[in-house]
Amino acid sequence: MARYIIKRLLIMVVIVWCAAIVVFTLMYLAPGDPARILLGSEADDNVIQMKRVALGIDKPYLMQLGIFMYKTFVKFDFGTSWVYNVPVMSELAERLPRTILIGFSAMILNVAIGVFLGIKAAIHEGKWQDSTIMIIAMAFISAPDFWVALMLIILFAQKLGWLPAYGIESWKSYVLPIICSCFGGIAVNARQSRSAMLEVIRADYITTARAKGQKEDVIVRKHMLPNALMPVITSLGNGLTSIVAGSPIIETVFVIPGVGAYLLTGLNSRDLPVVRSCVVFLAIFSSIAMLLTDLAYAFLDPRIKAQYASGRRTR
Amino acid sequence: MSSENKNIKRQPEWIALCRRVVKSGGAKLGAIIFAIILLFCIFGPLFSSYGPNDIDLMSMYGGPTLKHPFGTDALGRDMMARLMYGGRYSILLGIMASFCSAFIGIVLGSIAGYFGGHTETIIMRIMDIWSSLPGMLLCILVSAVMGSGFLSTVLALTVGSIPGGTRMIRGQVLQERSKEYVEAAEAFNCPKYSIMFRHLLPNCIQPMIVMATMSIGSVMIQAASLSYIGLGVQPPTPEWGAMLADGRSYIRTYPHLLLVPGLAIAATVLAINLLGDGLRSALDPKLRD
Amino acid sequence: MSTDNEKFLNIKNLKVIYTQDRKVVQAVNGISISVDKGETLGLVGETGAGKTTIAKSILRILPDPPAKILEGEIWMDGEDILKHPENKMLEIRGEKIAMIFQDPMTALNPLMTVGDQITEVVLLHNRINRQQGMERAGEMLEMVGIPKERYDEYPHQFSGGMKQRVVIAMALACNPELLLADEPTTALDVTIQAQVLELIKDLQLKFQTAMILITHDLGVIAQTCDKVAVIYAGEIVEYTDKIELFDNPLHPYTRGLFDSLPSMNGDEARLKPIHGMPPDPTDLPEGCYFSPRCPYATEECRLHHPTMHEYRTGHFALCDKAAGEVNKDV
Repeated sequence: MARYIIKRLLIMVVIVWCAAIVVFTLMYLAPGDPARILLGSEADDNVIQMKRVALGIDKPYLMQLGIFMYKTFVKFDFGTSWVYNVPVMSELAERLPRTILIGFSAMILNVAIGVFLGIKAAIHEGKWQDSTIMIIAMAFISAPDFWVALMLIILFAQKLGWLPAYGIESWKSYVLPIICSCFGGIAVNARQSRSAMLEVIRADYITTARAKGQKEDVIVRKHMLPNALMPVITSLGNGLTSIVAGSPIIETVFVIPGVGAYLLTGLNSRDLPVVRSCVVFLAIFSSIAMLLTDLAYAFLDPRIKAQYASGRRTR
Repeated sequence: MSSENKNIKRQPEWIALCRRVVKSGGAKLGAIIFAIILLFCIFGPLFSSYGPNDIDLMSMYGGPTLKHPFGTDALGRDMMARLMYGGRYSILLGIMASFCSAFIGIVLGSIAGYFGGHTETIIMRIMDIWSSLPGMLLCILVSAVMGSGFLSTVLALTVGSIPGGTRMIRGQVLQERSKEYVEAAEAFNCPKYSIMFRHLLPNCIQPMIVMATMSIGSVMIQAASLSYIGLGVQPPTPEWGAMLADGRSYIRTYPHLLLVPGLAIAATVLAINLLGDGLRSALDPKLRD
Repeated sequence: MSTDNEKFLNIKNLKVIYTQDRKVVQAVNGISISVDKGETLGLVGETGAGKTTIAKSILRILPDPPAKILEGEIWMDGEDILKHPENKMLEIRGEKIAMIFQDPMTALNPLMTVGDQITEVVLLHNRINRQQGMERAGEMLEMVGIPKERYDEYPHQFSGGMKQRVVIAMALACNPELLLADEPTTALDVTIQAQVLELIKDLQLKFQTAMILITHDLGVIAQTCDKVAVIYAGEIVEYTDKIELFDNPLHPYTRGLFDSLPSMNGDEARLKPIHGMPPDPTDLPEGCYFSPRCPYATEECRLHHPTMHEYRTGHFALCDKAAGEVNKDV
């Protein structure tokens, strides 16, 4: 098991490196000269050339890449924002907790609600509860979350005045962003846990449990739920990652100074250190989420655990 | 085998499939809504007396009237005309991006799954790296790099969903590969490409079609999100997401500018998802009787 | 047909249907059987003939919907268990009636240790604490030939034959009075089959359990059963002693079953498969259900459903012609 974890951590490091190279290359290829964008279109060519030297973007691609990788992964220096002249690291330290707070709360909420609905639907398969729940799930997945966010702002902030429309003044400011971030996940989890549960309900070992004389509610709790939750657990990492990946949009709608909004500002002003660092952080975050998911899965499912222990599992 | 024979068999199969799809009430509803929206977007402009970008400063921020059933926007442009033209962009974006990524996924996934060994390792490792950046994030980055415009938006939307499709097709191919009919074909010295195209792919392609259909909806939402944050298709092009971005400033004063395009997206995506769901259950051998 | 109430288990005129997409599957069409303590009744028939449905009806674990017991009585120990409320059935399942399932690969919960799965049934029906329950489960494992050190292992760590032993241990953990064995050996290798049958047989003798053994394998019947009922399309078409059935099969279907078995001493020409397919249970033929496939069927067979005849003492067949044309060449 320990060997497996170490192996996975090493792979994770390599993947984050590669992600860093990819984002660096993408931004290098992006049209528009950052120096010109920074200084405005009226700036003198000489001044722009000086700025290019100062930013280090006059050097050839490989050299720039080498410097970036060395600074980021050896010295853990994420650079300084070209636009605001603030160290990216300190800005991230302030913003990351907000994004993660929204991400985690939204995930917990969507798993709890989604699994509850999915299991309710599966138990009442084919009845009105089932179709109602699945229609709601379908509606959740079909409406763009930022649009739902706008509608909720109109309702709760403007018409009812219960919650603030934007900003991060108090805990109330987080309510709407969290709710809006979890809609898609609720639908995904509800569908997944429903189909997992339906498969389990028809499984032979459930008949075995019935033949033992076990009570129905105990069968649901002891035999059905653990088996039905396995596929849900495997998708936890993905769920969290996609919420965080959607953070630029939700943070834009609610004007929350998180990582996503930071990334977008960086992109719009070609503030490359900001863009690269945000992406590297999000890549690290999603890799960790995936790793934890896999470990949790291995820990809970004896079949997978055995495969890991014997090192048979190759991915 | 004679081609006549094939044709005779093929036709009823498709019809039977369509019948099975619309057998469920949800899929029927989806098909009807989607057909209405498509007709509205394709033929609607022929009957509309307004262009999507006809500015009429005399009737700004109008509510629904007989002349403008969905009202007018900040420049007095007819919302209905904009919706019709915008739908063309939004729906086409969704369909093109989904099927592009499905196609690339099929190519990469089947190569990885069939050939195995180093080829597989290399392709799957690339997919691992690719997916270390979550789909939406990659979309945003590529869209920012490629700039706005229809084709670059298609590309940005495609890029994000390739790893998922590749993984799925590879899984399917691996599963099919281990079955005995492939072994039988190999025992007959059947050429590799023939095994792949004539035996493996037809058996793997159904789940991919379902996945591509189901993903049209989510890609449309991604496209709208991109436009909303100022990437992707830009105003004044009347893409639905861009219309929402346009209306954002008037959230306090004229919420109908946000309501109408949002409802259009939600209804279309819902219809496509319902259809995709019907398609999935129609193709699922477990649910077939 | 034996309808005496003194027998330990007595099923009368059981009818079960499944409803699916507004189609009605007539799975069990009026079956009456009885089993005594220590006795083994074999139910033999093709896949889909309704054998498993009969067993699940006795335990009342048929999924409802889609399945529904239309009519019939199941008397056990002088009580009609079809009339019991559900909570009384909970006490009977696992304690008085136990079932061994067809596929050991899927009959065990993959996320629970095999020991805990046995302990679960022990604790349900005995007033003992968990420690004692685990001890009892360990004993049961030993009894079916699995070292009790493997208590904490998971099903995936066992082979098919071992899993079936676990399932048997689970079924016998509370000394049931009636054991329903649903194709207990079908999923196993031939070499393991014999061991498992032997094991079941030994344990049955030890506890004087009544047993209904479901199979499509006449060899298994020959090895284990006392009486045999041949099932076709949800009906008993022939019912008699094992020896009598093997010596003197009366119903054309039974004879077809025997004829389609390869025999070592016979010439190959004797291997005659039964033509056609089992009837569609949503659309059973009029008259005798076997008539479309029966080489002896006449117009009358196709119009009138036959009745059960006792052709010899204790040898019943659901065929009006079994004495005449059918067997004149015997």
